[in-house]
This record gives sequence, C-alpha cells and structure tokens, in this order.
Amino acid sequence: MSKSNLTRRGLLKTSAIAGAGVALPTIFTSSANAFTNEPTGSTVTLGFNVPQTGPYADEGADELRAYELAVEHLNGGGDGGMMNTFSSKALKGNGILGKKVEYVTGDTQTKSDAARASAKSMIEKDGAIMITGGSSSGVAVAVQALCQEAGVIFMAGLTHSNDTTGKDKRANGFRHFFNSYMSGAALAPVLANAYGTDRKAYHLTADYNWGYTTEEAIRASTEAMGWETVAAVKTPLTQTDFSSYIAPVLQSGADTLVLNHYGGNMVNSLTNAVQFGLRDKQVNGKDFQIVVPLYSRLMARGAGENVKGIFGSTNWHWSLTDEGSKTFVKSFGEKYGFPPSQAAHTCYVQTLLYADAVERAGSFQPCAVVEALEGFEFDGLGNGPTLYRAEDHQCFKDVLVVKGKENPTSEFDLLEIVEVTPVDQVTYAPDHPQFAGGALGSCNNGA
Amino acid sequence: MDAIILQVLNGLDKGSAYALIALGLTLIFGTLGVVNFAHGALFMIGAFCAVTLNRILSLSHEVVDETRTDFLGNPLKVDVPYVYDWFGEAAGQTIIDWSVPLSLLFAIPVMILIGVAMERGLIKHFYKRPHADQILVTFGLAIVLQEIIKYYYGANPIPTPAPQAFTGSFDFGAMVGMEANQIIYPYWRLVYFAFAAIVIGAVFAFLQFTTFGMVVRAGMADRETVGLLGINIDRRFTIMFGIAAAVAGLAGVMYTPINSPNYHMGMDFLVLSFVVVVVGGMGSLPGAVLAGFLLGILESFASMKEVIDLIPGINQIIIYLVAIIILLTRPRGLMGRKGVMED
Repeated sequence: MSKSNLTRRGLLKTSAIAGAGVALPTIFTSSANAFTNEPTGSTVTLGFNVPQTGPYADEGADELRAYELAVEHLNGGGDGGMMNTFSSKALKGNGILGKKVEYVTGDTQTKSDAARASAKSMIEKDGAIMITGGSSSGVAVAVQALCQEAGVIFMAGLTHSNDTTGKDKRANGFRHFFNSYMSGAALAPVLANAYGTDRKAYHLTADYNWGYTTEEAIRASTEAMGWETVAAVKTPLTQTDFSSYIAPVLQSGADTLVLNHYGGNMVNSLTNAVQFGLRDKQVNGKDFQIVVPLYSRLMARGAGENVKGIFGSTNWHWSLTDEGSKTFVKSFGEKYGFPPSQAAHTCYVQTLLYADAVERAGSFQPCAVVEALEGFEFDGLGNGPTLYRAEDHQCFKDVLVVKGKENPTSEFDLLEIVEVTPVDQVTYAPDHPQFAGGALGSCNNGA
Repeated sequence: MDAIILQVLNGLDKGSAYALIALGLTLIFGTLGVVNFAHGALFMIGAFCAVTLNRILSLSHEVVDETRTDFLGNPLKVDVPYVYDWFGEAAGQTIIDWSVPLSLLFAIPVMILIGVAMERGLIKHFYKRPHADQILVTFGLAIVLQEIIKYYYGANPIPTPAPQAFTGSFDFGAMVGMEANQIIYPYWRLVYFAFAAIVIGAVFAFLQFTTFGMVVRAGMADRETVGLLGINIDRRFTIMFGIAAAVAGLAGVMYTPINSPNYHMGMDFLVLSFVVVVVGGMGSLPGAVLAGFLLGILESFASMKEVIDLIPGINQIIIYLVAIIILLTRPRGLMGRKGVMED
C-alpha cells in the first residue's frame, strides 16, 4: 500500500510554480521577440546594401559615403547636415531612440541574387533592423520582397522603375527616388517647348524591367503632346557597341532619338549616336535631337563631351540652392572633397527619414515605422515639400529637368538645371495603369 | 539596299576588333597550345594604356581663378596641364588631342612586356597541363587583371575621344551617288578598320616573309622536330606571346574612341572572340580573320529592326546560332586543320 504526501496546499504551490514556469517564456520574451532584430543593447544596426563591385561600383561608393555621413550626423558628429534643415525636429543627434547607430555593409554586385544574399546575411547574422541602398530596380524589387518576408524595413536607394512602387510594391518598402512616370511627365513639356510638338521619335530601350517602364512612360507623355513614335527597338543589356542599332535611325525618318538606357549602356549608346553625327543632321526640316530620360552625373562623366545640350531628368542635383541642398553639399563636400551625386543624396535622405520615423513612432517596430512614414509630409531635405504617399510608399516631390552643360567648370559640373517641375505635374493616381497589378499587403514585423 | 550597305559597314569595324583579338588568340594557341582566357584582359589593358597616356599628358598644376567659384563657394581651382606650360596652349591641346594615336607607341613596349611576363611568370607552368587547367588559370588571371584596373581607374567608363580631325562622320551614301543622309559612317570607325587591316597584314607578312616567322610556323606544325634541329623554339614562342599581347593591346588602344573603356570591356569581347576562333578553325590564322569579319557583319544584320521583328531575340543569339551551324557542317571550323585539339 502506498502513501501519498500530496496536500491541498502543496498542490496549489506546485501548480502556481508550474503555471508561472509555463508562462515565463511568453511574459519575458514576447517583448524581446516582438519583431525581427529588436535592438536590446545600447546600439542599433543598419544594413547598407550597395554595389561595391560590378559596373555600378562607383555609384555604390558614393552611396556608402552618404550613409557614413548620415550615421555620423545621427550620432551627433560633424555639422549635423540636413538634420538642421529637416522640417521634422524629432532627431536629436543622439542616435536613434538614444541608441548609437552602427552599420554593416553588403555588396549587391548589381545582381538580384547576390543582393538578396547580402541583405539576408545582414539581417540574420548582423542583426540589421533596416536595409537600404542599391543602384538598380531589379535589385530593389528583389531586396524589398526579402525584407517584407523577413520583417524589416527597406528604404530603397537608386531605383527608377515604376514597378518598385507599382506592381512590386510592398508594405515594408519605401522609395524616395523618383520614377519613370515622373521623368516622362516632367520631360515632355520641356521637350515640346524646346523641340516642338511635331516630332518623330525612335526609342532604343534596354531589354529589362527598367527599360520597359521608362519607354512606356516617355512614349505615353510625348505621344500625348503630339509626338509620333516611329520605332522602339530593344537592345541587349550586355550590348557595348550600339552602332548597328543607331545606324538605321536616320533611315527610319525619325528626327529624335530617345535612349532608354542607364549606366554603361547609356554611355556607349550616346557616344555612338554622337559619333554617327546624328546631332549634326537635319531630318524633316528639323535639327536631329537626342534625349536621355534618366541622367546621372557619374554616367554623364563617362560620356564626356557627348552630353552637351542633351535633355534628361534627375532626382536631385548639387547645384540646387535651397537650404537643405546647400547644407548637404557643404557637409559632403567638406568631408570628401567633391559634391554628392543624386544617388548619395537619396541614400542620405532615406536614412534620415527612417531614423526620424522611428523617433516619431517611439519604436523600431516595423509596423510602427510604416505608420509613421505613411502620409508623412516633410521639407528641408533638398526637394522642396515632399509627401510619402500612404497608398504606394512613393515620395512625391518636384522633379528636375536637366541638360548637359556646354561649358563645365569641372568634372562634376556636367549638368545644368533647366526646370524644376512642380510636384503636381508629376503626381498620378495610385491606380494609374503604369503602376497597376500589385498590392502593398500588410506590414510585417517578422520574428 | 541602303540598309544592307550600312550593316556591312557596321560589321566591318566590329569584325575588325573580333579579328584582331581572335588573331592573337590563335597565335597563342597555335604556338604554345594554350587556350588563353586572359586575352580579353590584354585588349582591355591596351585600352587603359590609352587612358594612362592621356592622363600623363594631361598632368596639371592648379591655378586659382578668383573670378569663379567652386561648388563650396571657394575660388575655383583650374587645372592647367604642364604641356601647356612647356609647348604653349595650342600645341599642348594638340598633343592631348592626339593622345590615342600616340598611345600606340606607348602600348607596344608595355604590352610586349606584360605578355612576356604573363607567359614566363604563369602560363609556361601550364603547358603540359590539360586545357581545362589552362582555361581556369587564365580566366582567373583575367579577373585579377580587371580588378586591378578597376581599383586604380574605377568602375565607370572613361571617355577617351579620337583626335578632333577624326570626330564626326561622313555621308558614304552621297559619296557613292546614293540618297544623302541614309548611309552615315563615323571617320574613326573607318580608321579602325584600316588600322586592323594593316596590323593583320603585318602579322601575316611577319610570319610569312621573315626567318623568325618561318621558324614559328614550323614550330606550330611540328614543335618536336624543330626542337630536335637545335632551334630554341620556346624563346621564339615567348616572343610570339608578347606579339599576340601587343596585337590585342593595340586593338584596345584604337577602340577607346569607339566606346569609352571600362574594366569589363575585355570580358565583353572574350567569349565572342573564342566563338570566332572556333568558327574560323582552331589554330588557323586566316580562319580567325575571316570568321571575325563574317560574324561581325552577321551580328550587325541581326540587330536590324526588320530582322528582330521577324525573329525576336535573334540579335542576342545570332553568333552562337551560326557557330552551331558551321560546326555541324564543318566540325573543324571554316579553315581548321586536321589534328588540332582532336587528340
């Protein structure tokens, strides 16, 4: 016969201890694991995913310079840069929510798979709470989707394709840079003014996502003002010599060539077009013209003299005279010895915008940050009054139409601003056909 | 008709580059039996010889222009090249303007030196190794060379224009009595084609009419017998490697005004040049030249809008498609010899 020692008081005691033991993990860990990579110490880690090798390595290097400057300013170093001109005053120069900002870097190589791998590594191994950077729409779309799955915020770098905030938009992703539609909307009136409304355009288009959306946007906006598109030819992304594509342009009866190319493609196609003397020709009784929808100073440098007088659009330019731009150019110029590129500008601004959103939300939790950024209106960051639209996480601001400068004073002074196109002219409805097909979905906190 | 003439002309300059690179590849393969995947990198280094000389000639000192300001609002520092000080502004400008043709003189010794160093320092250790080993080591070498160039010159293309006298284009159609403005051809591409023809002719003459060339040809046919005759064929083959490197380098120098050079340009040409060598026939010098021009012209035709509309994507695969057809019908390529790479 066995004798039990169990008493009523003992049972209650044991049950209470067991209950507390079962509940303990959720009581103390629910906060710690509320979202991916919640910073628990005195620092917070940001992940800068930029092309450090490959064809856009120089642009990536400029992005990294801007990120380092932004981190310095966030931690209270340097002159504070655009934190002084930013309309929101949430940032104090003491890191983010009092935590010192640290960063890790990854190399996108301008390849989607490499960019995803480096972002994944920064999230999983280094504990990055936010990923930002990139110089290509393919990379931006791929990394944005990864960040959505992982439950971290993605602040896009240089990405111009409509799809980034169109059919491939994600709730955890935000884009400050402008897009193909905005380029078309800003360029068309300037082109009509300079070259007239009776033009025959021939498009050469890089055979990938960004090329397609840019061609679509420029065609739509120029055709709307009366231009005719006589031909649109896709060129392989790997093409280096465009002579066989450019030579037939004159035979087509076109009097304007639109180069929907970026990077090395743009440098080579523009150089080839100028070599073939297109700009010296007269067709249909008009001077032949060339248009480059998306300009970058780093690429204008590669094309050298060939950019003179050629129209294009850009997100930002160091010669802007607003207080934000002047402050940023001074900070960057004094630290590095030359003016920042548009890629550097957008990356710097994105970092500040993220940090500011965290401060205003009072939390690093991605969904709280998303809420703080959605519909956020700000000024003082170099593009005039700007809205982060809630419906698609795209920034709406003025767009610059630029032209290759005739008499540059230095290798950085290659473009001149022709017009600052007001934001109203480049704003579109969230369900515009060029952006149709995707949904933001819900934000993801991960963990 | 206009379109056909235009694409033939376009194919000529592209074909010139293919032919020059393939010629060097074939020389190396024929003499040393090495499949050299670093040959595209030699083309790229040649182009950067032009960039380097341009930078040397443009070396400047700063002069402060008080009347203008820089981006920070400080007085503008203007770079004045030393050649302006030494030869006067007009003569200095002309010297810098002609930096690409002058680079030919600079590139020849540099490229021969690099070629000989490559052969003696690395490639000679792989003569008796399988072709797969040779491909791996030369491909690795190509990546190292392009990363070195990228480290010093950056990843962006660097504009290196032709002399003013050769910029712009001429109306070929009007010259031959056809409609004006239909067949336009840039002067420099004509220069490039003529230059390629001269270099190819010189290499053939060198191999055909000199004792050195005769020994090299004999060595290509039967290396062992030439060695048994007491001739140091290895030394001659090393020199041939240097000459092949110089041919690729010169092709690169003259190509810089056509497309701004970047660190990756060698790789862009390498694969196509190998296809050219295979189509021409492994080890056949005339075959390499013939295939270079043939594939250059075919590539141009495949880029015509009418052709792309008919067969979408043909511009991306034409060279490989033709290579498959030729290798199916003539397995040794257009002018390949029996026994080469068949053991």
